[in-house]
Amino acid sequence: MTDVLLSLSGLTKAYPGVVANSDVSFDIRPGEVHALLGENGAGKSTLVKTIYGLVRPDAGQMTLRGAAFAPSEPRAARAAGVAMVFQHFSLFDALDVAENIALGMENPPPMRDLAARIRDVSERYGLPLDPSRVVGDLSAGERQRVEIIRCLLQDPKLLIMDEPTSVLTPQEVDILFATLRKLQAEGTAILYISHKLEEIRALCQHATILRLGKVVGTCDPRETSARDMAEMMVGTVLQVPSREAAVAGEVVLALTGLTAPPPRQFGTALCDITVEVRKGEVLGIGGVAGNGQDELLLALSGEMRVGSEMVRLKGQPIGHLPPNARRSRGLLAAPEERMGHAAAPDMSLTENAVLTGVVREDLSDRGFLRWAKARTFAESVIAKFDVRTPGPGSTARSLSGGNLQKFVIGREIMQRPEVLVVNQPTWGVDASAAAFIRQALLDLAEAGAAVIVVSQDLDELMEISDRFAALNGGRLSPPRPAQGLTVEEIGLMLGGAHDMEVAHVDA
Amino acid sequence: MIRLEKRPQPSKVWTWATPVLAVVATMIFGGLMFALLGKDPVLAIRTIFYDPLFGEFSSYSRPQLLVKAGPLILIATGLAMGFRAGIWNIGAEGQYIIGAVFAASVGLAAYPAESVLIFPAMVIAGAVGGTLWAMIPAVLRVKFGTNEILVSLMLVYVAENILAYAALGPLRNPDGMGFPGSRNLSQYPSAANLDLIPGTGMHWGVVAALIAVIFGYILLSRHILGFQIRLAGQAPRAAAFSGVNPGRLVLICMGIAGALAGLAGMFEVAGPAGRISIDFNVGYGFTAIIVAFLGRLHPVGILLAGLLMALTYIGGEVAQLTLGLPVAAIQLFQGMLLFFLLAVDVLTNYSLRWSGREVA
Amino acid sequence: MDLSAISPVLLLAALMVAATPILLAAIGELVVERAGVLNLGVEGMMITGAICGFITAVATGSPMLGFVGAALGGAALSLLFGVLTQYLLSNQVATGLALTLFGIGLASLLGQGYVGVRAPSVPKLDIPVLSDLPWLGPILFRHDIIVYLGLAIVAAVWWFLRHSRGGLVLRAVGENHEAAHALGYHVTRVRMAAIAFGGACAGLGGAYLSLVRVPQWTEGVTAGAGWIALAIVVFASWRPGRLVVGAFLFGGITVLQLNLQAARVQIPVEVLSMSPYIVTIVALVALSARKGRGSAAPGSLGQSFHAAR
Repeated sequence: MTDVLLSLSGLTKAYPGVVANSDVSFDIRPGEVHALLGENGAGKSTLVKTIYGLVRPDAGQMTLRGAAFAPSEPRAARAAGVAMVFQHFSLFDALDVAENIALGMENPPPMRDLAARIRDVSERYGLPLDPSRVVGDLSAGERQRVEIIRCLLQDPKLLIMDEPTSVLTPQEVDILFATLRKLQAEGTAILYISHKLEEIRALCQHATILRLGKVVGTCDPRETSARDMAEMMVGTVLQVPSREAAVAGEVVLALTGLTAPPPRQFGTALCDITVEVRKGEVLGIGGVAGNGQDELLLALSGEMRVGSEMVRLKGQPIGHLPPNARRSRGLLAAPEERMGHAAAPDMSLTENAVLTGVVREDLSDRGFLRWAKARTFAESVIAKFDVRTPGPGSTARSLSGGNLQKFVIGREIMQRPEVLVVNQPTWGVDASAAAFIRQALLDLAEAGAAVIVVSQDLDELMEISDRFAALNGGRLSPPRPAQGLTVEEIGLMLGGAHDMEVAHVDA
Repeated sequence: MIRLEKRPQPSKVWTWATPVLAVVATMIFGGLMFALLGKDPVLAIRTIFYDPLFGEFSSYSRPQLLVKAGPLILIATGLAMGFRAGIWNIGAEGQYIIGAVFAASVGLAAYPAESVLIFPAMVIAGAVGGTLWAMIPAVLRVKFGTNEILVSLMLVYVAENILAYAALGPLRNPDGMGFPGSRNLSQYPSAANLDLIPGTGMHWGVVAALIAVIFGYILLSRHILGFQIRLAGQAPRAAAFSGVNPGRLVLICMGIAGALAGLAGMFEVAGPAGRISIDFNVGYGFTAIIVAFLGRLHPVGILLAGLLMALTYIGGEVAQLTLGLPVAAIQLFQGMLLFFLLAVDVLTNYSLRWSGREVA
Repeated sequence: MDLSAISPVLLLAALMVAATPILLAAIGELVVERAGVLNLGVEGMMITGAICGFITAVATGSPMLGFVGAALGGAALSLLFGVLTQYLLSNQVATGLALTLFGIGLASLLGQGYVGVRAPSVPKLDIPVLSDLPWLGPILFRHDIIVYLGLAIVAAVWWFLRHSRGGLVLRAVGENHEAAHALGYHVTRVRMAAIAFGGACAGLGGAYLSLVRVPQWTEGVTAGAGWIALAIVVFASWRPGRLVVGAFLFGGITVLQLNLQAARVQIPVEVLSMSPYIVTIVALVALSARKGRGSAAPGSLGQSFHAAR
C-alpha cells in the first residue's frame, strides 16, 4: 500500500530553554510499523503527544488521510482513529479493568457488554485479561495488556506505542510482536517508539530517527545495521564500558531468607530471598517492573526494616537497622526514582548532598550541620561526575534527568561504600550519561566494593554484571555467571511469559 | 490566555514580595468592603494600620501590640515547624487552653504562698499541659495513622468544655461571690506575668516569643532536625531514604507546637487575661495559623506577620470604637489577607506566560 | 435525674433531624474528596450557607427559597477555594483553613442585623397512612422535606459514583489525575464542579441548622459540625452508604447527650457536651487502627494538579 495515512510536515514545538521538535516531517502508511527512534530528550514524547492531541505545535501541520488533522485533545484524536499506549501507564490502580478500559473509550457500551467485548478481543489477540480484576493487583505485563485492549476496542487506524517492551520479559515481547504483526496484517499502522535497535530491526519496516528535536535520518531498519542506526541516533561513536575479569573476594553482604510484606498497597511481597555478594563483584538483578525491585531496595537501604538476621553485612546482622546506621557500616543505596526519593526536587544540590552524606562525610557537629563542608562535598561530586549545573546552589529539579542521576550515583560512590545497591541507574538517562554511570559502577567494583545493580535493561546488566539473578514475583532466582547466558535462558529466569497463552496467537 | 509555567527554582524576589503584595491587595479589597459597609475606606484603613502606632491614643495602643503579637508569634512559630514537615496541627487553640488551665492550677494551688519558684513552676506546667494535649493527636497518628487535622481540631471543642468546667468548678474563685472564673493571677505577685518594663506591654511571653523565633530560625537553618523537618515536608520518600523517622518527627513537631501554645496560654492567663474564665480563649490558636502562613512558615517572617496581625486586631478595636466597624469585618479582613497570600503565592513557584496563539 | 422523660421514639425521631445537617455537608465533601480535592473549609461553607439561607428565608418568607439561597451561598464560597487551589495551585490544607476562617467572619458580618430573629418555620410533611404508623410514623415519616432530600442526595451520589459515566470520570480524576489528563479528561473542570457541589451541600447543611434545628440566627451556629462532617467522610471510607451510618451515629450521640442534660443526669454538663467530639475521635481511631495499611482514600487526594506539558 502506498497511500499515506498520517502525514506530518514541519512540526515545531518549543518550551522555554529547549526546542523539543524542530521542523519534523514524515509520513506513516496504513499497515506499516514505523519506528520513531531517538535518545531520551530527542523529542519523541513531544511528537507523539502532538499526534495524540496532548500538545499543540507552535508551527507545522498534520494531515490524516488527506484531511487536515489538528486534534485539540486526546478525545478528538481517538475519534479520528488514533490510539496510544503510554510508556508510563495511564491506568487507575483502584479501578477494575473494565472501568479502566471504559475511561479510554468515547462511547463505552454498558459494563456487562463491555466485559464481554474485552474477553472477546483479548482472546482474539492472545492477550488474556479478566475484566473484573482491580488494576493495582496486575503485573506490569498485564497492565500493558489493559492499555492495548483499551486501544484495540476502538478499532484504531493508527496505534502509537511508547517504549512498550521496557516492562516485558523476552517471551512476552515475542507475544506482543505477534499481536502487533496481526494488527499490521489487518491494515493498522503502528508508530513504534523505542531506543532498542534489535527490536526495531525485528519489527519495523520504516524508521525515522530524531536527535535534539530534528529528523536526522530515515532508513529501512531491516536493511540497516544496528550500529549505523545507533550512530545516527547518538551522533557520535559511543564508548562501551570496559572491565577486567573480577577476582571474587570475600562475602560482604549476605541475604538469608529475606521475606517482607509489601510496604504499601499494590506493592510486592519479598519472599525468601537468599544471595551472597562478594567484594569486587557486580551482581546484576533483572526483572520486569513490579516484581519486587523497589521493595528489595527498600529492604537494603533500611527504609523497610526486616528481621535482623535476614541481612548481614560483613557477618553482622543489620536487617533491623535504619538507613543511617547502615550507611555508617558501609552499605549505601540509590533508589530508582530520582525526583522525590533519591533527591528532594526543591532542595539545592548542597542540601541533597546532606540527604545521604551526613554520616559518612561527617557533615554535622552535635546535630548542627556544617554547610560549608556540605557545599564542598557537593562541589566535588559535581566536578568528579561531570554534573552540568550552574553550581551546588541549584535545585535538584532544575537538572536534567541524566545530570541528576550522575549526581545521585556520584553522591553515593564518593562516600566510598563497601556495598552499593542501585536500582535502574540509567533509566531515562541519555546514552553518554548512561555509559558514564556504568563505567563509574565498574570502577567502584574494581576498587573493591560489592555492587548490586537492579535494572530492567537486560543489555545493561549483561554489559556490567559478573553474576546475574532475576526477580520474579518477589522471589530471586539463584544467581548465575553472566557470561554466556542466552536471551532465552534469561527470559526463563525472569519468569518466562507471565501466564500468556502463546498458543492462541496465530500470526 | 495566561498559562503557568513552573520555575526551575523558586523565585527569591517573589518569596519576599508576595506577602507585601498580599497586604496591599487586602488593603484595597478591605477598603472596598469597608466602603460597602458605609465607612470611609481610607479612614478605616488608616484607623487600622496607622492610628494604633502613631495616632492620638497610640501611647495606649502601642503596648497592646506586643501583648497581642506575643502569643500569636509564639504559637505560630511552633505550628510552622509542623506545617513545614507536613504535620497539620490545627488544634493550637486547644493546646493553648490546656496550657493555661495547667498553669493556672499550679498557681492557684500555691495561693497565697509567695515564692520565686511559683512562676517557673507555672511556666513548666503550661508547657507540659500544651504538650500533653498535642501528644493525643500525635500519638494517635503515629500509632494508628489517625488523621491529626481532625483529632487536633476535635480536641479544641473538648478543651473548651474543660475550660468551662474548670472556670465553673474546681478553679472558681472561692471569694468571687459566685461569679464564674478563677482568682486574678495577675494580682498574685508570685504568679503574675507583668510588664517587665512598665507601659510597654513587654511581658515574659513576648520574651519567650522572641526566644522561640531565634530558636526556630537556628533549628530550621542550621540543625539537622530542621533539615529533616523541611525534607519530610517537601519530599516524604526522600526523607525516609535519608533516614528520617516519620513517627519521631510527628511527636517532636507536635510536641514543640503544643509546648509553645501551652506557654502562650500560660503567659496569657498569668498576665493580660489574668484568670481562667469561660471566654478566656479568643482565637489566638486559629489566628496563629494565618500568622504562620503569612510569615511563609519562616520564624523571622512570623515575627513580622505576628506584629502585622496584632496591628489589625488593635486597629480593629480602635475602628470598632471610633467608626463602629463590626468585629466580624476585621475577622473577614484577616481571612482575606490569608486568601490573597495563598493566591499570589503562585508567583513564587510559577511564572505567568501569555500564550496568545493558543485560543481554546 | 429523670431518665423516664426520655422517650425512645422521640429520641430516634430527633436523631434523624440531628444527623441531617452533617449528612448533607458530609455527602458534598465525599464527592469533593472522591474527585481528589481536600476542602477543609466545610465549616466555613456551612456557616455561610446558614446565614445566606437565613437571610433569604427571612427576606422572602419562604424557607424553601432559603435553602436555595444557602446552596448558592455555599457554592459561591467554595468556588473561591476552587479558583485558589485549582487555578492558582495553592496548598489545599491551608486554603481550606482560610476558607473556614473567612466563612465564619463573613457569616458573622452578614448576620449583624439578624441575631435573635426567628426564621419562618419549615413545615413537616404529613404523609397519609405512613405517618400514622405507630413507632415508625413519628420516627421516619413526620419530618420536614430536607431530611428526605438529604437521604435522596446520598442515594443519588451513590448511584452517580457507582453506575454513571460521569461518576467514573470523577473517580478516575480523584484516583490518578495525571492518567486522567493523559486520557483527555479535564481534571480542573471536573474538580471545580465537584467543589461547587460540595459547597452547595455544605450550604444546605448549614441552613438546616439555622432554619430548622435552632431555628434562629446565632453566631457560631455550626459549632464544629463541618469538622464532624469531614471526620465522618473519613469514617465512612469515602462510601456513601457508610456515611449514613456515621451521620446517624453522630446524630444519635448528640441527641442523647442533649436529652441527658435535660434529664439532669449526674454527669457534668461539660462532659456531656464534649462527648460527641470524643466519640468522633474514638471512631476515627478505631477505623484507622482496623484499616491497617490499605487505605481507601482516593489516590490523588489533596495534591495540586498542574498540566506541565
